[in-house]
Amino acid sequence: MGHTAFALIELGAVFFVLGVLGRLAGRIGMSPIPLYLLGGLAFGTGGVLPLGDIGGFAELASEIGVVLLLLLLGLEYSAAELVTGLKRSWMSGLLDIVLNAAPGAAVALLLGWGPVGAFVLAGVTYISSSGIIAKVLGDLGRLGNRETPVVLSILVFEDLVMALYLPILTTVLAGISFFGGLQAVGISLAVITVVLLVALRYGRYVSAVVDSPDREVFLLKLLGSALLVAGLASAMQVSAAVGAFLLGIAISGSTAESATRILEPLRDLFAAMFFVVFGLNTDPRSIPPVLVWAVALALVTALTKIATGWWAARRQGIGRLGRARAGASLVARGEFSIIIAGLAVSAGAVEGRLAALATAYVLLMAILGPIAARVVEPLARTVQRAPAAAPA
Amino acid sequence: MNVEVTPLPGIGVRKDFAMDNGRRIGVVTHKDGHIELILSKSDDPDACLASLPLTTEEAGALANLLGAPQLVAQLNEDHREFAGIHTRQISIKSGSPFHGRTLGDTALRTRTGVSVVAVMRAGQVQPSPTPEFTFTEGDVLVAVGTSDGLDEAIKILRHG
Repeated sequence: MGHTAFALIELGAVFFVLGVLGRLAGRIGMSPIPLYLLGGLAFGTGGVLPLGDIGGFAELASEIGVVLLLLLLGLEYSAAELVTGLKRSWMSGLLDIVLNAAPGAAVALLLGWGPVGAFVLAGVTYISSSGIIAKVLGDLGRLGNRETPVVLSILVFEDLVMALYLPILTTVLAGISFFGGLQAVGISLAVITVVLLVALRYGRYVSAVVDSPDREVFLLKLLGSALLVAGLASAMQVSAAVGAFLLGIAISGSTAESATRILEPLRDLFAAMFFVVFGLNTDPRSIPPVLVWAVALALVTALTKIATGWWAARRQGIGRLGRARAGASLVARGEFSIIIAGLAVSAGAVEGRLAALATAYVLLMAILGPIAARVVEPLARTVQRAPAAAPA
Repeated sequence: MNVEVTPLPGIGVRKDFAMDNGRRIGVVTHKDGHIELILSKSDDPDACLASLPLTTEEAGALANLLGAPQLVAQLNEDHREFAGIHTRQISIKSGSPFHGRTLGDTALRTRTGVSVVAVMRAGQVQPSPTPEFTFTEGDVLVAVGTSDGLDEAIKILRHG
């Protein structure tokens, strides 16, 4: 059999298995991300079924997956929403950073991975998965709840923080000096401000450039501009993902809606590939030694997210049950934690054990998050009925 | 009514208001245009008892059911000083011979003395329909006349 035939068979097998895993995830009502990661672990080195021939394609596909994930995230928000979200929730947002980045940084320092490792793991434990959370809120019929805007504005804040964090991360990983890092931060801050201003004032022109009544032309223009912007951003040391995110914010209105519709299947395909590649690059045998740490981190950061949501909801004058729901909704971590860990591992700036820890952590949190959101209400009601509850 | 409008970033907009009994009722309008009807719980005003996804047609039909009585009540209030004049809502049900035909075709005014003062369709009020106004299934007519005339009009609209 020729090389091409082999590659096709392997790729087909990978996609088919992912499809089966996705269906399984849908059956038990959980996010497919943990299963994709497990799939990647199974296919990769030291796994059950090592794959060799599709490495090059898989790497590029996973890069495109990250770009599309962030582009669609940007498309979901309008610039106006981001600005109001920033105004309304900056205090909760700051608390969120302090409470949820600290445990990750502390564990990395304890394990002797140095400041770079600490910076990476802080990002991994900080960022909630807006994809998983939005879906869970919809599934549980909580979109009309009064605490939901609180949760959503925290997510908006986090995504904006990501737009700042990723460029800093890329420079830190590249081992650039402190001064170079400051320069990168300055550039990315300036770029983000300019994009927000452009999107607020001239969003319709950006939309007009990519918009087209013809589906095929529209798709090609969208994908082309996304990859162009991502590539340019990457060349400017601002990180490809952030470029795509900002392009998504600049595209607005009905163009954004049709763009989301057209790109969703592509995003699902490439993003699935991204999770698999991450799993492929992680040796399953490296997970058991860090499992204890992953479980400890999962428990601590579940509690810190609950505290964040509780505090943010209390500031908006929401009752105790609502506060508990807001906190539990925020627990899920997912795609962005993996994006951060993936960047760090591919840069070769951190050790493989960090990837193993991040994988185990996201596996736990992507499963635990939706469960926490679901069981919090009955639990909180039981606690409320119990006499002499602790004063909050 | 004080309707609160709350943006839900990445999802859509929530519009709701507080009722006299303390509950909140309203809708979540998603970015893709579909609508969810929401009603808060009595023991926890932050949470939703129900959130029912509605299609645009369903939302329109529901708005008719809710909006027509209010219009009728208002007209009845206006006509109180004229003894013997009533306002009633008559719906064009499926199977009505006037589905797809005009108000002129019904000849209601000539046959019963009843005037159609408004038609509710998809939650919108069409005031003073002309004889060329074409009916469709689900329309709710607001008709003014004597009670005999109105009974007659209901029969005509149902059976031709």
